[in-house]
Amino acid sequence: MFKSIWRWIQRFSSPKYFYEMSAKLIPWFAVSALVIGVYGLYLGLFVAPTDYQQGESYRIIFIHVPAAWMSLFIYMVMAISAGIGIIWQIRLADMVAAASAPIGASFAFLALVTGSLWGKPMWGAYWVWDARLTSELILLFLYFGYMALQSAIDDQRSADKASGLLAIVGVVNIPIIHYSVEWWNTLHQGATVAKFDKPSMHIDMLIPLLLMAVAFKLFYAAIVLIRTRNEALYRDRNRRWVRELIEKL
Amino acid sequence: MLKAYYHLLFRDLRLAFRNRHELANPLIFFVLVVTLFPLAVTPTTEALRAMAPGVIWVSALLAVLLSLDRLFKQDYDDGSLDQLMLSPNPLVILVLAKVTAHWFLTGLPLVIMAPLLGMFMALPDEAISVLIYSLLLGTPILSLIGAIGVSLTVSVNRGGVLLSLIVLPLYIPVLIFGANAVDVAMNGLSVRGQLLFLGAVLALALSLAPLATAVALRITASR
Repeated sequence: MFKSIWRWIQRFSSPKYFYEMSAKLIPWFAVSALVIGVYGLYLGLFVAPTDYQQGESYRIIFIHVPAAWMSLFIYMVMAISAGIGIIWQIRLADMVAAASAPIGASFAFLALVTGSLWGKPMWGAYWVWDARLTSELILLFLYFGYMALQSAIDDQRSADKASGLLAIVGVVNIPIIHYSVEWWNTLHQGATVAKFDKPSMHIDMLIPLLLMAVAFKLFYAAIVLIRTRNEALYRDRNRRWVRELIEKL
Repeated sequence: MLKAYYHLLFRDLRLAFRNRHELANPLIFFVLVVTLFPLAVTPTTEALRAMAPGVIWVSALLAVLLSLDRLFKQDYDDGSLDQLMLSPNPLVILVLAKVTAHWFLTGLPLVIMAPLLGMFMALPDEAISVLIYSLLLGTPILSLIGAIGVSLTVSVNRGGVLLSLIVLPLYIPVLIFGANAVDVAMNGLSVRGQLLFLGAVLALALSLAPLATAVALRITASR
């Protein structure tokens, strides 16, 4: 029983199979990300009511908040797939982790930039040492550390294992960092969505926000597949399946 | 197992004492960095007090960071690290022994040096005692987390900057609560919460960091 499941997993996680499969999946993710993203942006920028306090400038949350969510989500994906790579020696999982890091770092950067653009009219300064901004900045540093370690080690397998372990250590640390920074200082408005009983947000604002979150996830799915395909081609450049691909060109 | 622990601990201590001036370097660095701040900012009592907790804690952090190399570097270069990993004793225990030795050689001297720096920075007496407590709880965490970082980077050429890039973000909670405890003590408030938090992080690091370090060492050795 377990043996057959294991064989099945190994077949599906072989870079060759993944390369063929992902080519079919990418268009679906990309197109749906585009459609949902455009619709969500339309709802957010034109339909959602103006905030009584923050005026029009609150509309940046439709980018800012999903980007911040994604930066954390991608770190989790990275750590989990790195863990799978370390424990079960599945090369594809290592590739996904390595391919995810720059995307996650970009989302963290985007969240920081949009946050400071919003901060200028709201707080009167582009940067304040607010708790959430600071922990987002630390998250960006964690991504940088992962990428630096990944590129510093020449041998690919140990680079994957070492940086993967770092990602897992980072996951254990993220809540500690988050709460210590939170207690240290906070100016940021509290969470307005994650209160399950009654979000303190108008439904016309909430719907585009959630749509944008879904669009960002689909966008990530498309990009991570593309990057993992690149990674697979590059790492297996001396293997037969890549050679055969090249000869077909 | 306990025997292996003491054996390795005393071996590391003995090795360090045979090379005494290297032992003093992180301490001198610690004092030197703290000395720079009154010179660079202003030496008035109020200004010194306002920045003292942060300055002392950041300097302690950097001193530990610079000394992390000594944890595994030498053993990695001369091959004794491989021999340790081949020994029948659990690697976690051996890692714990090495980290303990590192703390005795850098963390503890920093704690002992702290009252002097507290006087440099015009800290009131009650704040100095809290500074000692917070360093006592905080520096072992720095050694424990640092061990993960060194074991990942020990085989990398010129891994020093890389090591700080990896380790410094993980040090932030310790820095926040350590410096904050001293700050709060200066205002005459209770520091129980901060010290308890440091203790909790120490317990967590003590139980998890040696495991992660052992895995990291095996990854490094498999290269």
